[in-house]
Amino acid sequence: MGKIAAVTGNEAVANALRQANPDVCSLYPITPQTDIVQRFASYVSNGQVDTELINAESEHSSMSAAIGASAAGGRVVTATSSQGLALMWEMLHIASATNLPIIMPLVNRALSAPLNIHGDHSDGMGARDTGWIQLWSENAQEAYDNTVQAFRIGEHKDLRLPVMVCMDGFIISHSIERIEYLEDKQVKDFIGEFVNVNPLLDLEHPKSYGPLILTDLYMEFKRLQHEIMGRVKKVVLDVAEDFYKLSGRRYGLFESYRLEDAEIGMVVMNSAAGTSKDVVDAFRDKGIKAGLLKPRLFRPFPYTEIADALKHLKAVCVMDRADSYGGYGPMFMEISSALYQVTGNGSGVAKPKLINKIYGLGGRDYMPEQAEQVFTELDAIAKGAPVKLVKDYIGVRE
Amino acid sequence: MKKWKELVPGAVVLEAGSSEKFKTGSWRSFRPRWIEENCIQCLFCWLYCPDMAVKVVEGKMTGFDYDFCKGCGVCARECPGKKGQKAIVMEPEGK
Repeated sequence: MGKIAAVTGNEAVANALRQANPDVCSLYPITPQTDIVQRFASYVSNGQVDTELINAESEHSSMSAAIGASAAGGRVVTATSSQGLALMWEMLHIASATNLPIIMPLVNRALSAPLNIHGDHSDGMGARDTGWIQLWSENAQEAYDNTVQAFRIGEHKDLRLPVMVCMDGFIISHSIERIEYLEDKQVKDFIGEFVNVNPLLDLEHPKSYGPLILTDLYMEFKRLQHEIMGRVKKVVLDVAEDFYKLSGRRYGLFESYRLEDAEIGMVVMNSAAGTSKDVVDAFRDKGIKAGLLKPRLFRPFPYTEIADALKHLKAVCVMDRADSYGGYGPMFMEISSALYQVTGNGSGVAKPKLINKIYGLGGRDYMPEQAEQVFTELDAIAKGAPVKLVKDYIGVRE
Repeated sequence: MKKWKELVPGAVVLEAGSSEKFKTGSWRSFRPRWIEENCIQCLFCWLYCPDMAVKVVEGKMTGFDYDFCKGCGVCARECPGKKGQKAIVMEPEGK
């Protein structure tokens, strides 16, 4: 077993990047991600990695440089948050549609305006349709483990896709937690040597990246992109199995917490899941069968697996730390779509009643009392109370 | 026409020099005409052409490749000609 340390989420992730020893790291600092690239720059200066560091003049440029370096044939990392991810937006699509396995920690932060540096999921949810694989992490340990696994997933020969590893800004990125590191050699062996595919720097075999493709073939390429995303779930599970053998820590497409015999459940991602699990335990102690589902792989979204895990419940609350003004929260839309396809669950209940709560925007504290409020409402709905408002806000002053 | 299962992921073109097959001259609304008697073979046209549409054989300008010339007129503009007489003039297509 590797070293046990008390570190921040950022330090844990920076160490995972160090252990992966990428060929190129393009970077532009932004709160709360800065700490990752600052540490990584030190690793480069100290000779702890063989990486070429590119200080770009913006996030648009840092993603562009990452794309160029990845097409050239190297293992490439970068990292960002919030406005930085928003500025990368057009390049994110190019990275994924060009099948470039760039690994990027995303330290989740609210989007302007109003200007806010704290943690919510608006940035990552805004990148939902960019074609990147998204892994979400509850704590520093998961952020570290997901980053290590991201290299194996993204670089897999059947995928070659970029991966975003998400963790909550400040709540995880800047809080000190106990984590278990893997040894450098263990990580090196686990992710293996980088194998490039169609590298531009293979001068014996000249090729072109980024062609113009119009009405004749564009749609076929988009269809192919969806097909490749469809292979991700299996790779994620295979890599998780190998990771379990190495570390003893189990990962799946999502985490189920006391869900099997539950009657009411909450779907919640990242750091708020930890707080909510405590409240699940408290409700269990009171004799109320509460459970929780924490998505890990948000893109591609495991619709059937999540529907199977939730379909026996009487009432479910989907928690969103991002909003779609004039729409339901992004996670609610996925869960709702997943459950709509369920036909009969054998328990006599048609489908779970669904509600959506928007919480924690701009880093607003998510407290156990908010989870209690949610489970109390779910308990009443499960016992026959009507759903008054499908989408509502919690932790906001009325 | 290829089906989606036959495509190279990432839309990478593995065949070198394949742009030669994609003829782009049809965009042209003005075409350059070469007047050989005014040409001093300075090759400015070849140097300035943003495509590769000036055909040079054994170091000499021999005419234009109209499959790729887009009629931008840079060659005609740069042409010094002979004694004030241009060796390249632009004429409307279809004339």
